[in-house]
Amino acid sequence: MSFFIAFLLVLAFGSLAYLGVESGYKLTFAAIIPYVAVGVFVFGFVYKLIDWARSPVPFRIPTTGGQQKSLDWIQTDYLDNPPNKGWTVGRMILEVLTFRSLFRNTSMKLRWQDGEPRVAYYSAKWLWLFGLAFHYCFLLIFIRHFRLFMEPVPILVKGAEFMDGILQIGAPRLYQTDLIIVGALLFLLLRRVFDNKVRYISLLSDYFPLFLLLSIVSTGLWMRYFGKTDIVGVKQMTMSLVQFDPVVVDSVGAIFYIHLFFVSILLMYFPFSKLMHMGGVFLSPTRNAPNDTRMNHHVNPWNPPKKFHTYEAYEDDFREVMVEAGLPVEKQLEETPETEAEAE
Amino acid sequence: MANVPTPEELLNIDYSMPQQGWMDRKPVFEDGNFCYPAKPEIIEEIGFPNPRVWSPKDDDWKLPENWMEILHDGMKDRLSRYRSFKLFMDICVRCGACADKCHFFIGGGDPKNMPVLRAELLRSIYRKEFTTAGKILGKLAGARPLTQDVVKEWFYYFYQCTECRRCSLYCPYGIDTAEVTMMARELLHLLGIGINWIMEPVRNCNRMGNHLGIQPHAFKDIVDFLCEDIEEVTGIKIDPPMNEKGHEVIFITPSGDVFADPGVYTFMGYLMLFHEIGLDYTLSTYASEGGNFGLFTSHEMMKKLNAKMYAEAERLGSKWILGGECGHMWRVINQYMDTHNGPAPFLEVPKSPITGTVFENARQTKMVHICEFTADLMKHNKIRLDPSRNDHLRVTFHDSCNPARGMGFFEEPRYVIKQAVRNFFEMPPSTIREQTYCCGGGSGLNTDEIMEIRMRGGLPRGNALRHVQREHDVNMMSCICAIDRATLIPLADYWAPGVGISGVHELVANALIMKGEKKRTMDLRLEELPGMEGE
Repeated sequence: MSFFIAFLLVLAFGSLAYLGVESGYKLTFAAIIPYVAVGVFVFGFVYKLIDWARSPVPFRIPTTGGQQKSLDWIQTDYLDNPPNKGWTVGRMILEVLTFRSLFRNTSMKLRWQDGEPRVAYYSAKWLWLFGLAFHYCFLLIFIRHFRLFMEPVPILVKGAEFMDGILQIGAPRLYQTDLIIVGALLFLLLRRVFDNKVRYISLLSDYFPLFLLLSIVSTGLWMRYFGKTDIVGVKQMTMSLVQFDPVVVDSVGAIFYIHLFFVSILLMYFPFSKLMHMGGVFLSPTRNAPNDTRMNHHVNPWNPPKKFHTYEAYEDDFREVMVEAGLPVEKQLEETPETEAEAE
Repeated sequence: MANVPTPEELLNIDYSMPQQGWMDRKPVFEDGNFCYPAKPEIIEEIGFPNPRVWSPKDDDWKLPENWMEILHDGMKDRLSRYRSFKLFMDICVRCGACADKCHFFIGGGDPKNMPVLRAELLRSIYRKEFTTAGKILGKLAGARPLTQDVVKEWFYYFYQCTECRRCSLYCPYGIDTAEVTMMARELLHLLGIGINWIMEPVRNCNRMGNHLGIQPHAFKDIVDFLCEDIEEVTGIKIDPPMNEKGHEVIFITPSGDVFADPGVYTFMGYLMLFHEIGLDYTLSTYASEGGNFGLFTSHEMMKKLNAKMYAEAERLGSKWILGGECGHMWRVINQYMDTHNGPAPFLEVPKSPITGTVFENARQTKMVHICEFTADLMKHNKIRLDPSRNDHLRVTFHDSCNPARGMGFFEEPRYVIKQAVRNFFEMPPSTIREQTYCCGGGSGLNTDEIMEIRMRGGLPRGNALRHVQREHDVNMMSCICAIDRATLIPLADYWAPGVGISGVHELVANALIMKGEKKRTMDLRLEELPGMEGE
């Protein structure tokens, strides 16, 4: 159900852009909406980060995935159980750049052998592989797009393009990322549909970004490989956006506006959705803190007052039996005012 | 274990997902699948709200009139105090990597025991109450209205989470269901919903000093009794100091070690070791609990119960604290103690009086784990051991969740065991160390009324144990957690019959050659040692 609603939503957004452009609202879709989208994205993203950061981290609660630092002759697993900030940064870098936690993934199966149940674990790295592939392709494609927003084109962007098209297949030259990102997105989508556990937990907000990204990618692919969109016109328009003097080039077809509209939707949707995991992963208290609370003092900014059942109160409760059992006491029995009840 | 199905019946697990969406399914409370509610007098004594007699099977849970407001405000307050909570409500992408990592899901197949969905139970309310999209779009945005059924569902599923953090290890963003469960339980407590198996130990620990409510004279009696057993086995008389001022070390262990088999053998092991090395220590009846059920209740209660350790160390004038084998006690000490109740300038950085080793890793908390301490002794050859006394044992080691994923305590206990026994076998790698499985009874769920749920949750651990039993004839599973020592016994009886459970220091004490001891013919359980029977 959510699957179809997400699909229809994206279809509706596409149609909206098409109809809008065909009815002459070209400047709206070429400039106004993208400007708004970038604004919403930037402010939303920053707002969300500030909102998270406003809540303190009262306790260091790292998930320790390896041996702690202890006795000299016991080898510490610095990356999975960092004892200081330096190693924590290392842990985070691997987490963000290589999805290290997801790499651990296994899948469990209950099977029978010799009349006995066996809980078996299998390596399950597909999600890690396709997840990583998607994110890196997205990054590369993102970088490649700076060709459209910069003049002269920076060497980094040219380098990215060169590497991406190094296989030199076809004309225009096929970018590997274009192919891989489609595959990765399809894997992520189909996994949601065909893995019954993942389907059961999936919400509209899980399908929608996948359809949206697929639509962005496919409209982009269409323009590059099939539709032969006027790239010079596109660059004129994108450059004009960057220079805050938007122009509309007539030779640029509707498909470009649809592509741009999808991107705008993505930007506006981003800060209010699960896509914010991009910013959130850096703040995760189970990963970005060293496991050093036995070594260093940390302050809880809202530390509640220390209230507990004191030893004095305890001894008052049990003094008699303690004395009888020969346990030392602070106040001897005769010192206790036996007459407390009488005094009242 | 009256209503518990046989392993064959229980293994009929359906991992396919229901037709009906999870928001539309309600939990059914039946005898055996829920924990008993806390008694009103207990709730009242520790100052929690809404004490009353009620049952989860009732339609009306007698919530306070303004319960929705209480929950809303409670959530808002916690969102502003814990970044973990706020972040974990926002960034889950529902990738499902955690789904088959939870022992309760593996053993039961209930979709709401997938960590992602367990958290969604709370997230859906968060979206409805605190996000614009959720308020406007409702179900389309994954939000649902707060109803009494939701509250009941929280009770049902957040007391089917042992806060073991296994899911957190695999989560690409480190989302920790233990944090989510802790928040949900705190929220439920605001409405007077808690379970007796947690709240009674909390009450006892607060007033009597330990979970079991053992009063000081009884505590001394038990220790005397255990010392008699030690004398019977070794011929050596030990008289451990108690509540005495001026000793270098105060030793604190979970009260389960003083009270129940097989924890008592571990306790005897501690005493024998201390005697042998001549440690200047004292026990305390006031701080006679290492475990902290406050962790399963609220951060404030955790702090309150934990405060006694430093207070007692200061009163007795000890220099540092030595802690016994316990799971969540060590998570509290490692992650919370110093922040809650430190710093403790009246203590000194722990230094072993026997080896001179300074425990730099405990520089701040001033508290050392007995396995660290003993490993250090062994490394420096300060104790003599005869591991052949344990030759009738084929031992494996169960990593307890809390020292594993809340501390990173893996090598120390293994080193100690390997010095004390000659036959040691690891369970499969996917089930030990940081990937270890829960005993199924952690976080206050080691109560008999939910034995079926515990056995389900114990399937992955039990199966791994059965594996080494089959492959290597393992007949003893050692562990460093008092809750494990209680819960793993029925678990092993159920999933791998014939395997016993022991603490690590029980094994050490059996191997320990004590000065002036008589020839050992019995182990600490007063069972004849094979091949060493008395002539």
